[in-house]
Amino acid sequence: MQIEVRNLKKDFGQFAAVQNVSFDIEPGKLIGLLGPSGGGKTTILRMLAGLEKPTSGEILFHGKNVNHLPPQERGIGFVFQNYALFKHMNVFDNIAFGLTVQKKTKREIQERVYEMIELIGLKGLAERYPHQLSGGQRQRVAFARALAPSPELLLLDEPFAAIDAKVRKELRTWLREMISRVGVTSIFVTHDQEEAVEVADEIMIINSGRLEQKGTPWQVYKEPQTPFVASFLGESNILPDTASITGFEAATFRLRDKSRAKTANILIRPESIEVGREHEISNPAAASIGLVKSVQFRGTLWQVEVEVGHHRLLAHRTLEKETLKPGDEVAVLIHSLHLFHEDESLFLENEIKRASSAAI
Amino acid sequence: MDDRTQRILDIVVNSFLPLLKAGVEFTVPLALISFALGLVVALLAALARLSGNRVLSGIARFYVWIIRGTPLLVQLFIIFYGLPSIGLTLGAFPSAVIGFTLSVGAYGSEIIRAAIQSIARGQWEAAYSVGMTYSQALRRIVIPQATRVAVPPLANSFISLIKDTSLAAAITMTELFRVAQQITATTYEPLVLYSEAAVIYLIFSTVLSWVQGWLENRFSRHVAK
Ligand SMILES: Nc1ncnc2c1ncn2[C@@H]1O[C@H](COP(=O)(O)OP(=O)(O)O)[C@@H](O)[C@H]1O
Ligand SMILES: [Mg+2]
Repeated sequence: MQIEVRNLKKDFGQFAAVQNVSFDIEPGKLIGLLGPSGGGKTTILRMLAGLEKPTSGEILFHGKNVNHLPPQERGIGFVFQNYALFKHMNVFDNIAFGLTVQKKTKREIQERVYEMIELIGLKGLAERYPHQLSGGQRQRVAFARALAPSPELLLLDEPFAAIDAKVRKELRTWLREMISRVGVTSIFVTHDQEEAVEVADEIMIINSGRLEQKGTPWQVYKEPQTPFVASFLGESNILPDTASITGFEAATFRLRDKSRAKTANILIRPESIEVGREHEISNPAAASIGLVKSVQFRGTLWQVEVEVGHHRLLAHRTLEKETLKPGDEVAVLIHSLHLFHEDESLFLENEIKRASSAAI
Repeated sequence: MDDRTQRILDIVVNSFLPLLKAGVEFTVPLALISFALGLVVALLAALARLSGNRVLSGIARFYVWIIRGTPLLVQLFIIFYGLPSIGLTLGAFPSAVIGFTLSVGAYGSEIIRAAIQSIARGQWEAAYSVGMTYSQALRRIVIPQATRVAVPPLANSFISLIKDTSLAAAITMTELFRVAQQITATTYEPLVLYSEAAVIYLIFSTVLSWVQGWLENRFSRHVAK
């Protein structure tokens, strides 16, 4: 289903839970709504479902305004955070429930339900009641119940939040496959970035009731448009200025509003920092001098904390290279960084490195 | 065996059947009919209270306020002795049915309202999200689950009702208690007859508690506690 949202707002009393959110979703896409708890993700999802009335703004399905349609008439399926299975019905009846209002024969309903039970891998458990199922199984039933009436839009609110970490990973992969097989446009809410990056075609980052950025996981990670997105996704170093960072001395002059450059935010990903002995560094001329403050083993790499001027930076170093020790003097080459100022965001590469590679 | 013992034994034996008959013919039907009608009233009043419609919920609230705040005996007198003065004359049985129905309706509506409110909002929303309307969600999801919550207190109020039907004696209905009064009037053995009536009430309510236990069992199947 083609979805458009225009200036969506929701106030709870004085509190603005969702503010001026606009986006488009192409049919068949799987979208992840990602952001910290309390940011308004559930509220957005519930407004799309018709379970919550927007304070203002428009929701369009297939170009038609659905603001005044009740949930039953929106052609949606909803998977609730706590599953909300019907406790007094067995698996079969739970899944069949939405089909019984559609004009279908008993036989068609039965076929569809068994098809769904097969799809969710719960063959043989049709007679079980919700309290006789594990968390993961309940989640699958909730998924089948939502999907059985063939909705045009599937909405999932933190579908894996209540499931333990190991099963969650499995379910994630399973859901991804299931949705692409069925081909239904889907939006799922999560506060777990790994989950969003792994599952979604596109991510929308929601914070304090606002849509911070929408894009593919890679785009959002590589080209964050706000300091919030940059710091929320992945690890990052946030600095107030670029003083003593070789190759970026003039970075803030690239901003449109040079006079206010002092209030800019600088973000550097640990993987954009090369740290090591001078001879190990790919371009020593473009590197600053730093002092190792601490070194931590992080499973597949070393995390090195290094002091450059008055900045403290976290950098990564592969395990193959010689181990650094606190107190070592090292070269610190910063390949790139992000610069944010008000609504402007810049991705900058080390200028000395660029100049020297251009010269070759 | 002395004469007096013999006489009392005769009275007990001779009065048992008429008392039981009055109980089975009037007390039990009165309770059953009033309870069945009362449940319908109770459900409607509960739904009115929950409707969010101010007029409907105001009417329901007013009704519950009046019935709960006045004695049942006084209500029965108003219906049976009072209404004829405005041209509405009803027999003892219909009057009793109306009185008890209104009473069950008022107390029952509070029980049903609480039971419906105890069902999580997510159950409603889940029903809406798969395409159900309000009345379908109510009928197929909420009421079945609320029933489990409401059965024990409703069964209690039915047992109370069986006992309260004795009040209908005061409006000339020849139910169990009134028959006991009538036999007392000719035999002058109040202790014997009223005790005998009490035993029959006890039998009725004991049977009902068994039924209550069975119902509770039935309705709590498949629901994790
Ligand atoms: N029904 C409600 N009444 C009042 N405040 C609410 C209600 N629902 C949500 N909120 C508030 O709106 C904000 C956003 O909530 P929510 O959409 O649930 O966030 P998220 O799903 O991102 O964690 C929170 O501060 C929450 O307390
Ligand atoms: Mg939420």
